[in-house]
Amino acid sequence: MSHLLEVNDLEVKFGLRQGDLTAINGISFNLDKGERMGLVGESGAGKSVTGFAIINLISKPGFISGGRVIFNGQDLAALSEEAMREIRGNHISMIFQDPMMTLNPVLTIGTQMVETLQAHRRITRPEAEAIALEKLKKVQIPSPEKRLAQYPHEFSGGMRQRIVIAIALITDPEIIIADEPTTALDVTIQAEIMDLLQQLCESEDTGLILITHDLGVVSQVTEKIAVMYAGKIVESGLTDRVVNNPKHPYTQGLIKALPGSLQPGARLNQIPGMMPTLTDIPPGCAFNPRCPLCETICRNQEPPFIPVDHLTRMVACHMVKPDPSMGTR
Amino acid sequence: MFAFVVRRITQALFVMLIISLVGFSIKNKIGDPIRDLVGERVTPAERELLRDKLGLNDPFVTQYLRFAKNAVQGDLGVSFFHKKPALAVIAAKAPATLELVFGAALIIIFISLPIGVFSAIYPRSAFSRFTMAFSTLGVSVPVFLTAIVLIYIFSVELNWLPSYGRGETVSLGGWDSGLFTVDGIMHLILPCFSLASIMLPLFIRLIRSEMMEVLETEYIKFAWAKGLHRKRIWFIHAFKNTLLPVITVFGVQIGIMFAFTILTETVFQWQGMGFMFLEAVERSDISLLVAYLMVVGAVFVVVNTVVDIIYGLVNPTIRIAGRK
Repeated sequence: MSHLLEVNDLEVKFGLRQGDLTAINGISFNLDKGERMGLVGESGAGKSVTGFAIINLISKPGFISGGRVIFNGQDLAALSEEAMREIRGNHISMIFQDPMMTLNPVLTIGTQMVETLQAHRRITRPEAEAIALEKLKKVQIPSPEKRLAQYPHEFSGGMRQRIVIAIALITDPEIIIADEPTTALDVTIQAEIMDLLQQLCESEDTGLILITHDLGVVSQVTEKIAVMYAGKIVESGLTDRVVNNPKHPYTQGLIKALPGSLQPGARLNQIPGMMPTLTDIPPGCAFNPRCPLCETICRNQEPPFIPVDHLTRMVACHMVKPDPSMGTR
Repeated sequence: MFAFVVRRITQALFVMLIISLVGFSIKNKIGDPIRDLVGERVTPAERELLRDKLGLNDPFVTQYLRFAKNAVQGDLGVSFFHKKPALAVIAAKAPATLELVFGAALIIIFISLPIGVFSAIYPRSAFSRFTMAFSTLGVSVPVFLTAIVLIYIFSVELNWLPSYGRGETVSLGGWDSGLFTVDGIMHLILPCFSLASIMLPLFIRLIRSEMMEVLETEYIKFAWAKGLHRKRIWFIHAFKNTLLPVITVFGVQIGIMFAFTILTETVFQWQGMGFMFLEAVERSDISLLVAYLMVVGAVFVVVNTVVDIIYGLVNPTIRIAGRK
């Protein structure tokens, strides 16, 4: 069975004067129609770069140096600029982190919505405005008719993110990539926006790739999850399985660091050390200097990313043994 | 919007008040109107009498108020050399200078915008690198040298363009214009380019750096992610945001260009306000100098006010602030 989106062994490098830095080191995952997936990890793990790589919009000097991004049977990494433009915002939309920065300050909301439709369809302005109104209603903007003529600074942060979501949805895309969509918002608004996003993806049967460091959000919204560390996926599987029974020591550390599992007043758990920068990723398993289970093999040999159970769980760790029923590989 | 305009105009009036104070102080402390009026043979006693009669011994404030009252009514004193009201002398010279500045401004707009935008979009292209290097050079070359080199190439060697004067002008209700005859236009080309040459590199660099900064913003990234055509991203999304700071600087620089006309007009024997100013300096024609100061100050203030209002029209955030 072919998937809606298939990322195969994707590799992204940044061309610098000192040589190329590998930011994404061969990651693979897939997404089906209407499926919601979480991409988690610390800052700098390569989550956002992965998101941008899917729509081939990595800022220079970054570039896709290997692998494929198959969407509806075509390799996006190999498409021409114009063919790729047709995909962006049309079939795959993106929502950015900070709604205060995402909207152009000198254009009205109406213009910024209508132009998205006009970039992809032959449509008159009144027709496009009608669709824009409908989408603004869907994201629960009050009196949308009046709002179309207003500028971004006339909206609050939460409202702006609703508008950004409306813009992302305006072309009825198959996939939305949401890059930390609630990180810049007030805690009370975060839940509202996340609920809205989940509900809209469900009702429109839109696929969602949710990039975040918030495991709590991921477990509420997504069906599956991929945990990234230093440019690689170290564990992936069904969200509730991974969250309730993490296998990789890094995932275990992340779950333990959640405040929810502690008595009030107790010190939060944390993973010792910091994620290595791209320039000095240690040999072997990149997590080895911070890992409580580290042994000699971890320092010398990169662990393979292999299935460990019958429920699509995959882990890259020497210390995690596959389910005995899996047999030998 | 209305409140915004009113506030800007109030500020403009305040600035004019300060300029007039400076102008009057110069006149009061340096100029001697008696010398302007009478000859060598008048005795000191007679001079003192005349002083009293003309109110020159009145307190500073009284004299200033009189000066301000006259200035508002368009009376900026009498030029001692021309024996005419200073304002009339300036008015006769103003069209030449205004057309010179206008032409230079057009040149700046039509050259710096496309080049600045292009070199922001393609910063690594050979053309961008060349213009950047060239503009560094351009900033450091003084305007009279540019003017002389232009005259040497286009008038002396190639013999394409006239090297001095305004050429044939047409009088339109007292405004002598060189814009309506071929000869007048030909005469405008070299002076306008010389005058533009000082600001041009600055504007190319300003537009380029502003646009490059805008192209890195999140909203431009979002525009790409929306799948917009790149022309729309560059010329609508990025360009509009680039213009905001550029408009402000342009307003200030247009004012400064009036000052630079002094050099350009001298080199090209251009019969404008700048040329007149230098003559007035040589003749110690204080009344005319102060009148020039007041007029140029007023032009500066008016241009800046107009630019602020245009800025308010382009920038929606300002408009709202004014409405409140």
